[in-house]
Amino acid sequence: MNPLLDAEGLHKAYGPTTALAGADLRVHAGEIVSVMGPSGSGKSTLLHCAAGLTRPDAGHVGYDGQELSSLNDVKRSALRRREFGFVFQFGQLVPELTALQNVALPLRLDGVSRRTAERRATGLMDRLGLADKARSRPGELSGGQQQRVAVARALVTGPRVIFADEPTGALDSVSGEQVMEMLTRSAREAGAAVVLVTHDARVAAYADRGIVVRDGRSTERMAAR
Amino acid sequence: MTIATAFLALLEGRPQHGYDLKRAYDEHFGGDRPLHYGQVYTTLAKLLRNGLVSVDGVEGDAGPDRKRYTITEAGVTDVRRWLDEPEKPDQYLQSALYAKVVGALLTGRSAAAVLDVQREEHLVAMRELTRRKQSGDLADRIICDHALFHLDADLRWLEHTATLLDELAERIGR
Repeated sequence: MNPLLDAEGLHKAYGPTTALAGADLRVHAGEIVSVMGPSGSGKSTLLHCAAGLTRPDAGHVGYDGQELSSLNDVKRSALRRREFGFVFQFGQLVPELTALQNVALPLRLDGVSRRTAERRATGLMDRLGLADKARSRPGELSGGQQQRVAVARALVTGPRVIFADEPTGALDSVSGEQVMEMLTRSAREAGAAVVLVTHDARVAAYADRGIVVRDGRSTERMAAR
Repeated sequence: MTIATAFLALLEGRPQHGYDLKRAYDEHFGGDRPLHYGQVYTTLAKLLRNGLVSVDGVEGDAGPDRKRYTITEAGVTDVRRWLDEPEKPDQYLQSALYAKVVGALLTGRSAAAVLDVQREEHLVAMRELTRRKQSGDLADRIICDHALFHLDADLRWLEHTATLLDELAERIGR
């Protein structure tokens, strides 16, 4: 079976600093893959390149049979909006919007009517056990609750890949586990793949398999056992 | 912790029959290894002999399972001593992993490869424990967490050691 996402031979430098020096990442549909490595190893850059947020200097990224670099910015960002979901270390919710409006936001940005977007967001938040937080603003939520809202926002468009960059990095260990359980369970239920960047092995252990990035190079490791 | 100590802790809660003790032991202390009835009754006989438990009552005919056991003052003292005394922290100073790293360096093989293979093996074990933890109750979660934190500590040591291999190789003389 061909991978859904296939990044190969990625190179990326920021000025004199080499972030990636030949990194690969392959993700099959519905698979949860962890990307581990020490800080500064290039694992976040790998995620950004694979998700089409950053253009690599060399190498290619294939998604569902098309080459990301061959798409213009408009098409690339439309693909990101519809096919990908994102969860970052700090929820990055919009502070002025309620949790519900934050979850509905990706749909609104994609031109879905407010009514429909909020109806879908409400249904999702109900299923994820966040119904009682719908009207709260991010500032009224704990860090763990904010991250769970961010996970809901990443799922609302029905993405095929969720990119999560240190999603528990700012949380205590119990809240972090709740976020990981919710993220992995809801992704599995939705059949979405997850690319999980983390330096924490206990977080990486929620994945089906993992790769390691060191000095900008990745090793596609043994298949899951 | 011995079976006897666990029985005393269970009996300090309330007097119990041998069968109840076995069931409670298996639930809280047994892990994957339930007690045999033989172990239950030899342990109780020893506790009786040492004056740490006494027979609280016998119901019906006097088969072994009819006796209800209760803890004595001496037994309570044993439980208190067990809980007051901290466990000696494991020192891990004779590490099989360190021995393999040195073995690789001494024989001119790749110590980095040894660490890589070990890292993957640890991660496989951590993924298994995480799956088990997600499907278990609170006791399972806490027990799995203990193992996960230890494996995580090993992994950090593997990462740390990977950065010191060149220096270590020099020290060892290759």
